[in-house]
Amino acid sequence: MKNKILTLTSVAKQYGQLDALKDINLVLEEGEVLGLFGHNGAGKTTMMKLILGILKVNSGSVSVFGLDPNHKKAWASRKKIGYLPENVSFYDQLTGLQVLTYFARLKSVPKKQIIELLETVGLSEAQHRAVKTYSKGMRQRLGLAQAFLGEPKLLLLDEPTVGLDPVATKDFYHSVDQLKSSGASIILCSHVLPGVEQHIDNAMILNQGQIAASGSLRQLRAQAKLSVSITTQGINGTLKEVKSLASFMVASNQLLVPESEKVNVIRQLMMFDNISDISVESASLEKIYHHYLHDSKGESL
Amino acid sequence: MNPIQAVALKEFQDGLRNRWLLSITIVFSVLAIGLSYYGSLASGQLGSPSLSTTIASLSSLSVFIIPLIALLLCYDSFVGEQESGTLLLLLTYPISRGQLLLGKFIGQGCIISLATLLGFGSAAVLIALNGNVAEVFSAFSLFIVSSSLLGLSFIALAYIISLVASEKSKAAGIALLLWLFFVLLFDLVLLGLLVGIEDGLTQQGLVQVMMFNPADLFRLINLSALQASDVNGVLSVAINSEFNSLTLLIIMLAWIIIPLGIAQLIFSKKSI
Repeated sequence: MKNKILTLTSVAKQYGQLDALKDINLVLEEGEVLGLFGHNGAGKTTMMKLILGILKVNSGSVSVFGLDPNHKKAWASRKKIGYLPENVSFYDQLTGLQVLTYFARLKSVPKKQIIELLETVGLSEAQHRAVKTYSKGMRQRLGLAQAFLGEPKLLLLDEPTVGLDPVATKDFYHSVDQLKSSGASIILCSHVLPGVEQHIDNAMILNQGQIAASGSLRQLRAQAKLSVSITTQGINGTLKEVKSLASFMVASNQLLVPESEKVNVIRQLMMFDNISDISVESASLEKIYHHYLHDSKGESL
Repeated sequence: MNPIQAVALKEFQDGLRNRWLLSITIVFSVLAIGLSYYGSLASGQLGSPSLSTTIASLSSLSVFIIPLIALLLCYDSFVGEQESGTLLLLLTYPISRGQLLLGKFIGQGCIISLATLLGFGSAAVLIALNGNVAEVFSAFSLFIVSSSLLGLSFIALAYIISLVASEKSKAAGIALLLWLFFVLLFDLVLLGLLVGIEDGLTQQGLVQVMMFNPADLFRLINLSALQASDVNGVLSVAINSEFNSLTLLIIMLAWIIIPLGIAQLIFSKKSI
């Protein structure tokens, strides 16, 4: 059994009359990466603020490293938390190095790490330039370096890949995988979905402050009954002659198969002697996301 | 490094980087040197004015400038960081709101105090070169201490503004109004009361009302230490009071601590 890093129990938060979050339950284990998805205003940022102890819950409870994040005792554990806010423009007149030095001092992180982190995010060259000369992507990378300070055990990243070019995005996910393997738990908050799938263990989709879906991608796909698309080469003509397969056909060489039938269908397809190629594509995260959001919209109408 | 130290150091370095320290120091020293050499021209005399006249005219000019500088330096301390999102980020770090407030106060307070010390101090050294050294230093040390306290008090007031205002531009507006109130309006109203209503305010009452304005307090501290003959206006009535400089300085200290306390209270209740 892995350690629970973070537990949210029937958490609710209101801003005045507005329900920002309602009945949120979540357990995050050591080394787990959770993708938190939802449209703007779905409550992602509020949830992060609750976990960080900036806001207080109206009901329910939050426990981070076994402590209420608002409690005085939880202060020490803040050193083990890294946070990248959604919109942050750092002190413009300072250089990248100065900004990072300031934050490192506040977290009591040794100087050596600053240099390493600047290297990791690819800002070594620009470290002596004022932040106001940085591009959007460079600012984002500085923000990431800031979040990675002090080898955090819990990372909350709000839209981490916004403004990053494909190479930097890849580097970022590489860092995420590294941190994960060193035992850090990570919450990735995003509405940019492509690319994130391979790096998350579980996903939670929020809609208007409520959980629309949560679980591993496999579970979500199964729940949503989203089909797997299988494309074959070399057996085009003969496919429709097999009765058990014909019902799944959408094109002469493409099948849409429910997750539960996937392995069965592939097994049958492999029986064909003249099959030359096969590609199996599970429903993308984007499809799952849209499925759950439209679904819940349908209910509320 | 202790988080208070880290914040104080950053704010102080910001003050150096923005040339705040340098420019305030220059303003103060030019002001002091200028007044000590040419101050008597205003009263129609030629030649170097007496030390009391210099201090008297210096304090009536400083009372306008120091609060303005303090407010300018600090009005965006919190609202500025809130707008850029760094305040939210800082609060997720292992630093309490009280520590952040105190750190900023120490850092920016050092800028003002150091500028007063260097600016007025350099003038004092110049004046002492052709005058009575002991006399100059005792007069200027009280002046420098009270100037620093005045600056610190307005820094604390600026923090309240910065924490209450939702936007930087609003904070600037409120800061300007606050400055007008304490530096101009307050005295006008007081003068009106004194002249307009007979027996409305006794001398004792006047001095007590002045305790409610750090700017007036600053004037009182400096002028009550001088010979009454060098002081004209409303204040000459007030300075014959029995308050000594030390009591007044302690009240001035309260003008720093209480606004800081209020700022902390507002900060702790503020949702980011």
